[in-house]
Amino acid sequence: MKRNRARKEFILRLYVSGATSQSTLAIVNIKKICDDHLHGRYALEVIDIYQELELAKRDEVIAVPTLIKRCPVPLRRLIGDMSNTERVLDGLGIRGHQMPGIEP
Amino acid sequence: MAKVKDVVDTLNHAGFPKTRTGIEGLDEITAGGLPTGRPTLVYGIAGSGKTVLAMEFLVRGILQYNEPGVYMAFEEGVDDLTANFRSMGFDLGALIERKLLVVDHATLDRSEIRETGEFSLDGLFARIDQATQSVGAKRIVLDSIEALFSGLSNTELLRAELNRLFRWLKKRNLTALVTGERGNDRLTRHGLEEFVSDCVIMLDHRVSDQVSTRRVRIVKYRGSTHGHNEYPFLLTPKGVSIITVSGFALEYEAMEKRISSGIIGLDTMLGGKGYFRGSTILISGTAGTGKTSFATSFAGAACRRGERCLYFAFEESESQLCRNMRSIGIDLERWINKGRLQIRAVRPSRHGLETHLLRMDELAAKFKPSVVVVDPVTPFGPIGTFIDIQVMLTRLIDFLRSSGITVLFTALTPSDIPFEESAAGVSSIIDTWIVQGERKVGEERVRNLHIVKSRGMAHSLRLTNFNLTDRGVEVLSAAPSAPKGKAGRLRHVTIPSRSLGEALET
Repeated sequence: MKRNRARKEFILRLYVSGATSQSTLAIVNIKKICDDHLHGRYALEVIDIYQELELAKRDEVIAVPTLIKRCPVPLRRLIGDMSNTERVLDGLGIRGHQMPGIEP
Repeated sequence: MAKVKDVVDTLNHAGFPKTRTGIEGLDEITAGGLPTGRPTLVYGIAGSGKTVLAMEFLVRGILQYNEPGVYMAFEEGVDDLTANFRSMGFDLGALIERKLLVVDHATLDRSEIRETGEFSLDGLFARIDQATQSVGAKRIVLDSIEALFSGLSNTELLRAELNRLFRWLKKRNLTALVTGERGNDRLTRHGLEEFVSDCVIMLDHRVSDQVSTRRVRIVKYRGSTHGHNEYPFLLTPKGVSIITVSGFALEYEAMEKRISSGIIGLDTMLGGKGYFRGSTILISGTAGTGKTSFATSFAGAACRRGERCLYFAFEESESQLCRNMRSIGIDLERWINKGRLQIRAVRPSRHGLETHLLRMDELAAKFKPSVVVVDPVTPFGPIGTFIDIQVMLTRLIDFLRSSGITVLFTALTPSDIPFEESAAGVSSIIDTWIVQGERKVGEERVRNLHIVKSRGMAHSLRLTNFNLTDRGVEVLSAAPSAPKGKAGRLRHVTIPSRSLGEALET
């Protein structure tokens, strides 16, 4: 897995809180967006804050769900259930160049 | 003091439980502390002392009431905080190590954030939960949770989550202190008062002419009586100190010993023996009437007795004061060199009321004078309102009196205001009040004085002339009539024109 991840362009970590509807929705949404736009170019890790609180603290996770994109730079935190696809793509930097200055 | 405590106890029995903060004056104006198991909002502008107050609430909770605490910071600066508190003698690191305190730090950087839909604050909840459980916290500070509003734009959702958070804190029976920035049309910028409505405290920090004064007010305390005034407070090296006049012990030991005013004729007017040791003396008058001469005469007399005198000069430098007094035959340098006189010349505008008060307390505690002179108190005028001065004087006098120190203040009265008005507010805390004036006789101005009051002694009521000669103050005195001080029977006695200094030394 690790060796595999190293070659991926997008390293993504999604923090969720148990099995809340927002968490479930976020997982479904981000998987679909990644498969549609980043097929084969991403590694997605889903982490439950209740299981990995120390990790969540280190990553400064306050709002949940939070998707953290460390690679490629710049670091982005995508907060919410990932239902706004445009915003997700903007946050991932996939369409950022086409829609400059988009702020949530 | 005992009375205040009784009132507090009664309230505690009658109402809901309160948590003592241990912060000087705060438990008094909240009639026993903050509501236990409920959040309290502390708001004010930046730099008004919210963070210090909040952290002190936790630290005192740990040290004085055995209640561990959690400090949740939402802004930068926790490292500064630790350093600041170390300088105040609180070692946060040691408390953290002993598992009595958690300092956690949660920030949101908006530039990194994209909002993609609905969210919760579960991450924050989980952190708070873990932190409070790890030390068994009874107290928590959220400083300032408003920072979340600058990180997250979906305020409607955020407000719902904050509402959930405060309900959750109550369920955990955590006594919370929540800070907020003062708003324009609301109490706080983001309306935190909607969530925290049990107890609301406002901190104010006014700066005018580069001088700062801090105040605290209990805006609201549901189900409890509380003080309604604005109380000045200080950020001292020991933390927040709220100044409440009512809290002072107004009963002092009856004064019996007498000390010379340094002016023979004046001593004669004061029942022949001078002031009471441990009393408070005010000398007021218009410009140039000789207040400082009276003050330095008194200081010199103390030094001559071998006692120490601390002299706060707010209008003149030490050298100016020494030179001017030399011209009327009062040698201050001699006492400075002997270590009996310490002159502290400060321009009042350089520091706020709080700094002055603090400095006076500290210096007096260190130098251990038997006599303190404040010359004059009136330049504080532009610094604070009259109430501030009154409160400050009361606070200072209380401190000095409890140490048995005799205090002499001078006060400049504007010539267009009758003296009764100019000092009416402080009159109640003054034991002996001497008013100086002058009138024109032919081509000459003649200085005069009268004793407005002097508690506990028979004193002259006569308007008496005095001169400033090159050998000191010369009062053309009238002795008080025995036994009841009736003005009509006073004899006019002229004292030989010698200063007391000479009289005692020859």
